[in-house]
Amino acid sequence: MSRVSVPCHVKGTVALQVGDVRTSQGRPGVLVIDVTFPSVAPFELQEIMFKNYYTAFLTIRVRQHTSTHTPAKWVTCLRDYCLMPDPHSEEGAQEYVSLFKHQMLCDMGKVLELRLILRQPSPLWLSFTVEELQIYQQGPKDLGIWFQVSPTLPASGQYAFALQSPSMTFPKWLSHPVPCEQPAPLLEGLPDPSRVSSEVQQMWALTEMIRASHTSTRIGRFDVDGCYDLNLLSYT
Amino acid sequence: MLQEESDLALIIAQIVQKLKGSNLYAQLERQAWASLQRPEIKLESLKEDIKEFFKISGWEKKLQNAVYSELNVFPLPSHPAAPPEHLKEPLVYMRKAQGSWEKRILKSLNSMCTELSIPLARKRPVGEQKELLNKWNEMGTDEPDLSLFRPVYAPKDFLEVLINLRNPNYENGDSHSFRTHLGLIQVPLKVKDIPELKEFFVELGLTAGQLGIDDSTQVPPELFENEHVRIGQKVLSEQDSAAAQQYIRQGSPTALRAELWALILNISSQPEVLLCFSRDTSVLGHFAYNSASPPKSYIRGKLGLEEYAVFYPPNGVIPFHGFSMYVAPLCFLYHEPSKLYQIFREMYVRFFFRLHSISSHPSGIVSLCLLFETLLQTYLPQLFYHLREIGAQPLRISFKWMVRAFSGYLATDQLLLLWDRILGYNSLEILAVLAAAVFAFRAVNLMEVTSLAAAEAVLADLSTLKVMPLLQIFLFATVT
Repeated sequence: MSRVSVPCHVKGTVALQVGDVRTSQGRPGVLVIDVTFPSVAPFELQEIMFKNYYTAFLTIRVRQHTSTHTPAKWVTCLRDYCLMPDPHSEEGAQEYVSLFKHQMLCDMGKVLELRLILRQPSPLWLSFTVEELQIYQQGPKDLGIWFQVSPTLPASGQYAFALQSPSMTFPKWLSHPVPCEQPAPLLEGLPDPSRVSSEVQQMWALTEMIRASHTSTRIGRFDVDGCYDLNLLSYT
Repeated sequence: MLQEESDLALIIAQIVQKLKGSNLYAQLERQAWASLQRPEIKLESLKEDIKEFFKISGWEKKLQNAVYSELNVFPLPSHPAAPPEHLKEPLVYMRKAQGSWEKRILKSLNSMCTELSIPLARKRPVGEQKELLNKWNEMGTDEPDLSLFRPVYAPKDFLEVLINLRNPNYENGDSHSFRTHLGLIQVPLKVKDIPELKEFFVELGLTAGQLGIDDSTQVPPELFENEHVRIGQKVLSEQDSAAAQQYIRQGSPTALRAELWALILNISSQPEVLLCFSRDTSVLGHFAYNSASPPKSYIRGKLGLEEYAVFYPPNGVIPFHGFSMYVAPLCFLYHEPSKLYQIFREMYVRFFFRLHSISSHPSGIVSLCLLFETLLQTYLPQLFYHLREIGAQPLRISFKWMVRAFSGYLATDQLLLLWDRILGYNSLEILAVLAAAVFAFRAVNLMEVTSLAAAEAVLADLSTLKVMPLLQIFLFATVT
C-alpha cells in the first residue's frame, strides 16, 4: 500500500505536572505534543511513524472534522500503547515505531489535529520524547502489470498477474483490460486450451523468476587488482 | 493481522534473498533440472511433482535446516525507516562507545606499525616466497620471531571501557535510588532474573536427565544415558537441525558431538577450500548484525581514493590477546582441517564476536557482565557486599572467564558440555550464570578473604569443576 507524507507542524512539548515545574523535585512523567496540519484539508490517516526516545507509553487523541455544525471533539484513538516493556531498562527505548489506522480505536477518516500524550513513569531517565515524527495518508491505488498469453496458443483471453510496481503510474487502458473473448469450440482429441495455457503460463512465470534472480555470492577477493600493499589503518 | 502478515512476508523475502547466494541454492537448482528425467515428474503438475521429489529425496530437509539456521543467526527485519547502523546496534550511545573503542584499537595498531617500521600488509619478496614453499608442510612447527610484537589489547583493557560506559539520558547521580547498581557495569540493560532463567533453561532442571550429571559412573546407564544416546543417533540419521538443537540442551554424547555441532551450525559436507581465518572475506557478512565495523585502509599511495579502499584484515576482525582460545577446544573434536575451520568460523560469526564488541544484545558481553553482577547482588548479597568492601569487585575476576567463554579455564570435557548448551539455547547467557554459580560454590572460602589477590587465588583453578551440577544447583536447587 503506498503512502504519502502529510506535512505537519509539531508544537513544542508541554510537560504535565502538578505544582511549579521549577521548584518541584521530580521530573515530569507526562508530556503532551500537539500536531497540526495547517495547509492540509481533513485527511484519512494511514500511518504514524516515529523514533522513540525513552517514552514508555503512548496515548493518542484525535480531533476530526464533522459535517454537522457541532464543534469537533477530541477522541482517544490509541490508549496506553506500550513502547518499553520495562520502563526502567533500555528495551525499546530507541526503536523505530509505526502505528497503522487498523490499530486505532476509532475511524481516522477526517483528521484535523492529533495530540500525542507520552508517559514515562520511571524516574531514572533525564528526558523522554518521540523524534522524527511523520504522518502518512493513503497514496494513489496500486496497479499491477498484466501480461497476455502468447498469441501462438489458442486464444483464451486469459491474463495472469505477474508483478506489482506501486511507484509507477500506468496508462488508463491497462486498468481496463479487453473483455474476455469467447473460447473457440473444443476440437476433438486436442487438450482443453484453457488448461494448457494456464500450465504454460505457470512455466513461463517460473522461468522468468529463475532468469530474473541473481545470486549475491561474494567473490572472495580482498585485494584491488592483485595489490594489497597497505601502510596504516584509516580512521574515517 | 495485517502487520504480522507483512512482517512474515518480509522475513521470508530476506531469507530467500540470503539463501539465493548459497551453495545449497545451486545444488537444489541442479537437482530440480536433473529430476525432469524422472518418470514421476509430469509437465502439467511440474511444480508439485518437483516439491514431492525434494521431500522424498531429503533435499527439503536440507532446505529446512538452512532456513532454520538463517532464522537463528539473523536478527528479525527491523522497521523500514531504521538505518543499517540501527540494525547493528539500536542504542546511539553504545554505537558511539564501540566507535571510540575501535578507534583506540586502530591507533594502537598503527603506532605499533610505525614504531617497528612494519607495513600492515605487503607482498612477500621472491626469496621469502621460495623459502615458504619449501617448508610448507612444516609450517605449524616453525614460528617467526614475535618478541617485538605486543598484543593489540588484552581483555582487561576492554573491561575498563565497559566500566566507563554511560547512558547520557540515565540518572547517574550520586544519590542512591532503588536501582543503584553496586557492580561495575552502570548501564540499565534488561537482563533475566532467576525465575526467567529457570524458564529459559527449563531442560537443565532437576527432573530432566543431563549429560555431565546423569552419565557419571555411579548412575546406571539404563536410567538415562543409553536412551539419550539412542535419541541422538536418531536425530543424526534424520539430519534435522532444529531437533538437534533441542536435543543438545541435555548435552551431547562424546561420540556424536562432532556431527551434532556440524548439523546445528549447518556445515556443508562439501570439502571447502581451507582459508586462514583472517583472509576469509565471507566473515565480513556478520558485520551487518555486529555493532562493530571492519577497519579500513587504502592501497599505498592511494589514500582517500574510495576505489582503493580495502578492509584490513580481509575478514575485518582484529584479534586480541587470547583469541586462539576460541579455536583450541574445537581441535579436540575435528581432525579434518576443512571441517574444523568451518565450525570455528560459524561459532565465531554466531556467538564469539559478541564477546568483544560493545552492544545491547542480550548475549553481548555488556549484558553478560550485568547479568553476572545482578545475579550475584540479588542472590548472594552478603558475598557481593563483602567482596566489594575489600576492593575485589567480582566482575574483575569473572570477566576473563566470560570473554573467553571459559576456554582455558575449565577441563576440556566440561568446556565442551558448556558449549553444547550455548548451541542448544542459541545464547551466551549461560556463561554469566556459570560465572555466578562458581562464586556461589566457593562462597564460603571467599567470605574469608581480605584482598583482591586472595580472592583471585581462591578462584584461580577451575579445572576440577563440574559444570552441569554447578549450573543445576544454582538455578534450581538454591533456596532464595
